[in-house]
Amino acid sequence: MSGSVLARSGLSRWFRRGPWETVTMTLIGGGIIMLVQPLSMDLYSYSFVTILAGTVGYVIVSHFPE
Amino acid sequence: MTTISQPDDATVAGMGEPARSRTTRRVRGLSDRTIAWLFVAPTIALLLAINIFPLVWMIRLSFTSLNLSMSYLPLRFVGLDNFTDILGDEDVWMRLQTTAQFVIWSVTFQVIIGFGLALLINRQFRGHSFWTTIILLPMMLSPAVVGNFWTLLLQPQIGPFNSLISLFTGVPPSAFSMTGQVSLAPWTIVLVDTWMWAPYVMLICLAGLRSIPDYIYEAAEVDRASAWRQFWSITLPMTVPFLMLAVLFRAIENFKMFDMVNLLTSGGPGSTTELVSITLKRAAFEKWRTGYSSALAIILFVTVFGAANIYVKALNKVKQR
Repeated sequence: MSGSVLARSGLSRWFRRGPWETVTMTLIGGGIIMLVQPLSMDLYSYSFVTILAGTVGYVIVSHFPE
Repeated sequence: MTTISQPDDATVAGMGEPARSRTTRRVRGLSDRTIAWLFVAPTIALLLAINIFPLVWMIRLSFTSLNLSMSYLPLRFVGLDNFTDILGDEDVWMRLQTTAQFVIWSVTFQVIIGFGLALLINRQFRGHSFWTTIILLPMMLSPAVVGNFWTLLLQPQIGPFNSLISLFTGVPPSAFSMTGQVSLAPWTIVLVDTWMWAPYVMLICLAGLRSIPDYIYEAAEVDRASAWRQFWSITLPMTVPFLMLAVLFRAIENFKMFDMVNLLTSGGPGSTTELVSITLKRAAFEKWRTGYSSALAIILFVTVFGAANIYVKALNKVKQR
């Protein structure tokens, strides 16, 4: 999606790369911690979904305008 | 191969620019775009055959119950069962914790030792180049060589490592086995990995130290800052991005670690040093649970891919500095 289209539709305020990259990277980091932590089996069970969401999200948001 | 023949003047004379350009292209036979594709095509074909096809095939297999020891059975699609099995399996969870402990300890030691060595090597002294080469040697060896080499060094009867420890502690060399004792084996793989990869961290830190301009230290000298103060206020903060890069890279590499640990301990004694990559190998090539091991491989792949995204982001930040 081009930056100009986003700017015209007023969505550029929401779909900026910086903050969304931070969110997805937090998801990836959190997911990895959930995967290897020794405390809760439930956290371990949901770790892969979290990492996958973060990774797919990162690939998408890296195409957002700066 | 393309043959370029020059059209004679009579042919070209009187033609408009677009017509001339069309003629030139026809004379050449192949357009630049086609030639570019011809050059790139073998690489793309190899990538598709070696990387993409196995990956897609593995994703397909991860949704099946395929067991290669019973390959005569019809292939049955089981949906997400393999993934739910793995993510509810306490054994795999324990192996991931073992992997995390190995990653944390080895990366910590590598950063401390690598940064210390970089500080030492950053000074000019006699034999500087010689010592740099000596320090970098372990990093240049193959992990298979390192694994075999350390297996010999750590032999309780004939290995020099136990004799050296015995010299300092008085414990008989054959009284302990670095790779055979539950309490020592995890530290042994950390020790060998640190020995091999601390020089790599040193190289990255050295790049960071050399990127600090001298005038900052000169200004600190003018302000009568002590060496300790210069270290905490200039050296360390300006090297941190490089350190982060080294930590991320080594953490990703150690998360995937297989060859060296497999040669040193094969995951033993028991499963004390069984990293998740060894679990994967056992599931795939000892138990022949292909569907299950494909699902585990995908979980590890997505984890490493996610971490690699963070690494690339960090790398770009360092480049912008």
